[in-house]
Amino acid sequence: MTDTAEHTGPMMAADGTTLKSSLNRALRRQKLRALGLIAPLLIFVLVTFIAPIADMLFRSIENQIVSETLPRTTAVLAEWDGDSGEIPSPETFEALYKDMFVAKERKLHTRLGSRLNYELTGVSSLFRKSGRKIEDMGEVYQDQFEDFDKFWKDGENWNALMGSEDWLQAQNAWDPKSGDKQPPFELNEAISGLLPETSEAFQTYADFVQNEDQKNLAKQDPWALIYSALYNDISAGADVSGYSGPGSAELLAAMGAATEFETVDYAAAFEEVDKDWHDVEVWQTIQTYSPEFTSGYFLNAVDMKKSPDGAEMRPENEQLYIKLFIRTLFMSLVITGSCILLGYPVGWILANLPARTANLLMILVLLPFWTSLLVRTSAWKVMLQQQGVINDTLVWLGVVADDSRLALINNQTGTIIAMTHILLPFMILPLYSVMKTIPPSYLRAAKSLGATNWTAFWRVYFPQSVPGIGAGSILVFILSIGYYITPELVGGTTGTFISNRIAYHISSSLNWGLAAALGAILLAVVLGLYWAYDRIVGIDNVKLGG
Amino acid sequence: MAALTPISRTPVSFYVPVVAAAGAVAGLFVGTAQGSSFLGIIIGALLMSALAYVMTQVVKLEKPSRWALVAVLAIAGFAMGGIAAGIIGGLFGWFFGWFSFWLYEGRYRAYVAPYLTPEQVLWHYSFRVICGAILIFLITPILVVMPLSFNAEDFFTFTPEMLRFDPAGYSLKHYEDFFTNSDWQNALANSVKIAPMATLLSVSFGTLAAIGLSQPHVPFRRAIMAILISPMIVPLIISAAGMYFFYSRIGLQGTYIGVVLAHAALGIPFVIITVTATLVGFDNSLTRAAANMGAGPVTTFFRVQMPLILPGVISGGLFAFITSFDEVVVVLFVGSAGQKTLPWQMFTGLREQISPTILAVATILVIVSIALLTVVEMLRRRSERLRGMSPG
Repeated sequence: MTDTAEHTGPMMAADGTTLKSSLNRALRRQKLRALGLIAPLLIFVLVTFIAPIADMLFRSIENQIVSETLPRTTAVLAEWDGDSGEIPSPETFEALYKDMFVAKERKLHTRLGSRLNYELTGVSSLFRKSGRKIEDMGEVYQDQFEDFDKFWKDGENWNALMGSEDWLQAQNAWDPKSGDKQPPFELNEAISGLLPETSEAFQTYADFVQNEDQKNLAKQDPWALIYSALYNDISAGADVSGYSGPGSAELLAAMGAATEFETVDYAAAFEEVDKDWHDVEVWQTIQTYSPEFTSGYFLNAVDMKKSPDGAEMRPENEQLYIKLFIRTLFMSLVITGSCILLGYPVGWILANLPARTANLLMILVLLPFWTSLLVRTSAWKVMLQQQGVINDTLVWLGVVADDSRLALINNQTGTIIAMTHILLPFMILPLYSVMKTIPPSYLRAAKSLGATNWTAFWRVYFPQSVPGIGAGSILVFILSIGYYITPELVGGTTGTFISNRIAYHISSSLNWGLAAALGAILLAVVLGLYWAYDRIVGIDNVKLGG
Repeated sequence: MAALTPISRTPVSFYVPVVAAAGAVAGLFVGTAQGSSFLGIIIGALLMSALAYVMTQVVKLEKPSRWALVAVLAIAGFAMGGIAAGIIGGLFGWFFGWFSFWLYEGRYRAYVAPYLTPEQVLWHYSFRVICGAILIFLITPILVVMPLSFNAEDFFTFTPEMLRFDPAGYSLKHYEDFFTNSDWQNALANSVKIAPMATLLSVSFGTLAAIGLSQPHVPFRRAIMAILISPMIVPLIISAAGMYFFYSRIGLQGTYIGVVLAHAALGIPFVIITVTATLVGFDNSLTRAAANMGAGPVTTFFRVQMPLILPGVISGGLFAFITSFDEVVVVLFVGSAGQKTLPWQMFTGLREQISPTILAVATILVIVSIALLTVVEMLRRRSERLRGMSPG
């Protein structure tokens, strides 16, 4: 009995641990080893492929450009009620002046202009025009300060007034030719408490000159923006009597005189630049696109636009993308249909001929499959042209007259013919591999039971070949809705797909957000189809050419 | 294929009208080209049926009469329109000689099941003609490009000289242009620099991962597979757009490394698919046996596993190579002028300044792909033989 008692305990492995935990450990090690082998590739694909796709999806909703370029304006504008029909407050225009001034110096205003132009036509030229005139707007104060005292004209004096002592020493000791880094500007703490707005403006200016423009701060004259900021600080009642640093006398004198200065009405000044600034629609657009993320690109991609009352359809004559999506889907369906029509007989004959003949004919299918896509596209371009091989043959045969040659290229016909040819192998190969598994005896059995040819085919053979049709169709459909090269080369204007529009927005119109949104929609459609393909065929069953 | 049905000669009332119908179709083409389709139909039908009757009922000797027909029609064609028409005439002669005797001797029944009705026999052959037409559709563009690339003119169609088989109509000047023009040579050099690097990357990472994926216990196998296959599923234009945005963010846009990385990513699914397919038949006890005899994992891999899966790895590599070598959409966006590849040059050539040099390049590429296709097919057979999956 002692013997059996020993064996009732858990089974032990040779090293004294229980067999179960030993097995578990081995299994875990095996899993880790497998993952270790996969990891390098997985990381590679994640970085080189998945990250770009994620970046594209991010770009389709990202909209930081408005709030980054016009930070003050968007902050003030948040309070504004766009439905009131009244133009925003004077503060908004003042904020716009500041933002615009900085943006103009950094040359960002045209970029923002083109961004907003996607939403409201005309904004681009409005921004460009305002950028040109923005400098004059603030010069009113600059001139008055400078006329009052020459002291204000000189950048060195400003630096002495605004900068901290340490910095000033460092800057004066700095030799521009030495190749050392320019000492970064530091505000004088005493003055930044007294003149907050001026300090902020000066800090922005100093950062820009030192970092973006890479110029010597000591040699630059300050922006007009700083003078208007100083005026604002003074009129807000800044008390500088306690200040005793460099330039305190001039500052005090200026304070007394500034109350008499001529002022600028920014709202009126902007109206003078362009009366569109008093157009509520422009402000509504800026307000609508102030948030950092927007659905605007996606709405644009389905022919809608944002408006104060929520999303609405664009006017009839601006609608483009839904039509293009429908055309892409329709043409892909036609291409898939013609591939089934042409691929089915070939699949059948390959599956039912003796192996030797079938292998020979298979070469005819595989050769185009392996030939460069551009070779096949150029072949079709050559064949389908007005003066091309097909038209020449037809004219020679007298089927068409010489002066009424068929337009086979640069339209939908061209795209459909060329793409059917290019994608046909993708239909034939899955059809062939499914048909190969259907025993020919089934058809004979059906016939011997009295079925006619058609019944035997339709009731016995066809249902068994449906998986092949499904696999081939989804494959062809997925490939064709994302096609770019062939439609671009033989499609002209009427035979192009959504992908051509995406490429156009990336390389020509530079509306990357819209390109990303269109791409995201296309990707969603393809992934949906792919999921269906996986359910029907399985990813593991993807076969390549044989 | 053995004959299924005993054959017997068919009556004149059957085959002469059928040959007449075929002759009418041929006559339609010849007649249209000569100016009168109606006359062509009549003459074609009468001539061909008469010839068929004479050959089968008067001469009765198959070989001499068929050769005579080829000769007669070739000479007639030559008289009408030179060498090209002569060759077409000869082909017509060969076809009608064969067709007449095929019908007359009843050979058309030999290889179809004996119980088929005449309609079914007719359908059987019409179906083959339809399939033949589709296969011709598949192959024609490639066949048309090849002779056109030898065109002496800068046209994209056959010149009268070419149709007359006049040597003056042919030249190698487009090939010469390809080999001397610096644009094309730069493009070729770029392609040759980019594709092997991309292939090397995707094959080395891909083979390791495929071995990992075919282990029996892999957590999240489906998800990993989906990620690794995704570059093949996502439409190229979307990959191109995403890579353009992302690579310009990290400063890889317009660089050699950027293009290589992008192409390697696109080639990976092909390596994964072919190598995992090869590993399906791999006998894991071989690696265990190697380990048992004291080989380390690295030795086992290179001395035991690698030689057996090598055909799969090579064909996966060829797929990856072709993917990179043919790829144009992604390189169009990710690359800059310094990475202009051969397909890119062809693309610009087709879109802007159409030059027949493209056809010469196309012909060269077709020959390259035929060579690669042959290699892949041989490797596939070899690998199947090694694994005992097919007898041959």
